Amino acid sequence: MEVRVQNVRKEFDRFPALHDVSLDIRSGELIALLGPSGSGKTTLLRLIAGLEMPTQGKIFFGDTDASEKSVQERNIGFVFQHYALFRHMTILENISFGLKVRPRSTRPPNSEIRRRAMELLDLVQLSGLEKRYPSQLSGGQRQRVALARALAIEPAVLLLDEPFGALDAQVRRELRKWLREIHDRTGHTTVFVTHDQEEALELSDRLCVMSQGRIEQVGTPDTVYDHPTSPFVFGFIGESSTLPVTVENGELWVGGRAIGLPAGDAGPGEARLFFRPHDVDLIEADASLAGVVSTARRVGGTRRVELEIGGAGHLVEVDLPFDHPAGEKTRLAFRPRRWKLFPAG
Amino acid sequence: MATKLRARRHRRVSPTSESRPVQWLLIGIALAFMAVILLLPLYAVFHEALIKGIGAFFAALGEKDAQAAIRLTLLVAAIAVPLNVVFGLAASWAIAKFEFKGKAFLITLIDLPFSVSPVISGLVYVLLFGAGSFLGPWLKSYGIEVLFALPGIVLATIFVTFPFVARELIPLMQDQGTGDEEAALSLGANGWQTFWRVTLPNIKWGLLYGVLLCNARAMGEFGAVAVVSGKIRGQTTTMPLQVEMLYNEYNAAAAFALASLLALLALVTLVLKTALEWRFGDEIAAAAKH
Repeated sequence: MEVRVQNVRKEFDRFPALHDVSLDIRSGELIALLGPSGSGKTTLLRLIAGLEMPTQGKIFFGDTDASEKSVQERNIGFVFQHYALFRHMTILENISFGLKVRPRSTRPPNSEIRRRAMELLDLVQLSGLEKRYPSQLSGGQRQRVALARALAIEPAVLLLDEPFGALDAQVRRELRKWLREIHDRTGHTTVFVTHDQEEALELSDRLCVMSQGRIEQVGTPDTVYDHPTSPFVFGFIGESSTLPVTVENGELWVGGRAIGLPAGDAGPGEARLFFRPHDVDLIEADASLAGVVSTARRVGGTRRVELEIGGAGHLVEVDLPFDHPAGEKTRLAFRPRRWKLFPAG
Repeated sequence: MATKLRARRHRRVSPTSESRPVQWLLIGIALAFMAVILLLPLYAVFHEALIKGIGAFFAALGEKDAQAAIRLTLLVAAIAVPLNVVFGLAASWAIAKFEFKGKAFLITLIDLPFSVSPVISGLVYVLLFGAGSFLGPWLKSYGIEVLFALPGIVLATIFVTFPFVARELIPLMQDQGTGDEEAALSLGANGWQTFWRVTLPNIKWGLLYGVLLCNARAMGEFGAVAVVSGKIRGQTTTMPLQVEMLYNEYNAAAAFALASLLALLALVTLVLKTALEWRFGDEIAAAAKH
């Protein structure tokens, strides 16, 4: 089911949480809503679910306007950060709940409900635990039950609110891979909220980066990572270093010195240069960014150094091979391999 | 050497703990205090009740007016407690699950019966429904007696025992939040199904705990009921009132016989309450918060 969010605005007590947000979610895709806390990502998800109603704007499921429909009528599957499993019901009862509360006319017979629930339990790899209670399960297992429960009603859209947020790093990585597999197998249109960029990049077909109640950029992980369209996205997704530069004569200048990067179509004046610390070449040339190492530390397989760039003494981070001999006070010169220029300010 | 050993032994007890003699002293004071204030009177009640033998005890309980008092007390509790369950559920549901203006005021209002003297609560109803009021004579013209009759006693009891269920459920429901309800709704359950299948099971032990306390107070309430009942023997006297009347008539044995029933009720409540706290402590707000 494709979902279209059209010019949606949401206010809580006159405080706007979303400003005029539009988003097209394609049928069958796995899309991540990514942003820092307070960016409105969870609000957008809850609006799609019908757990909140928009102040303005519409939400379409396929061609039908879902904005006026209640959460029950929208037929969505919702997975909560803290699982929200019914603690007094067994795992099997939890998964069957959505089918059991249906009106008699659309409710499958009990044996069929049980069969479906057991099938789902198998899908989430928890066969044999149907008689347990939620409190007897680990966090990762509980979240899998929550997903099975949401899938049981054959939802038009699957919505997950920080599904792995309450789990430890190891379990989170496992579940991430597993969720991708489930998605590929069942093909549900899936929207999930996360503040973890690594999770969003690894898991999603497309991601929607949000900040302060607005959508900053929507695109595939590659597009968003390689071609961020705003300073916020550049800074939020992946590692980044930034430096104020001057554009003059079609070239970039720092501290009265050309650094050997063409300005492209940017007009003359002040601007901000963004690049990734790992995406640089060390060179021995005059036209380069040169600085003195102020700190160096080992990060995984690389050595990250903080350089004090000549002139105003701006600090940027650059990755070196871990066996590079650079220490404090070493002078280094480099040029970003890929970079992006944004207006100053 | 000796100091060293002592120092080592001292290190084993937790820093907030006290030495043995101090512990015993404190426990001893507490026990002595309880013996004088609680156990002795309780013993006295049962002792006085049985002083003329078991036969006199049952004879006192079998007496017509005593029977009427017991029946009235049970009837009042049977009306007041379920009503307070409904009111308490509605109030705590509204407070815990919705945001609205005047919420803090409503919470204060629920506490009102705790801070008002029961006698005042009773007097309020006398003012509202008495002969000099507007409502009293109007209702009387339709043949409805409120004061000095069952409705007045029930109203006064409801007023006094209103906070028990609500006070117990509000923190519990606030603590549980709305996540489970949202999950149920997203799975297609309607409001009614959500309440019966999700909300109520989540709070059932807390609710039972509240009902228990509410019931104990409803049966034992004296002050408010004394004002509105009129103390018509055999008609509007509840057990606590009957105890007082018998006692004032120097019929100590009968008074204590009836009092021992109330004391027994208190003991049963205490045992059930402790059992609930022990078994379902995490699902009872009071146990966690007090």
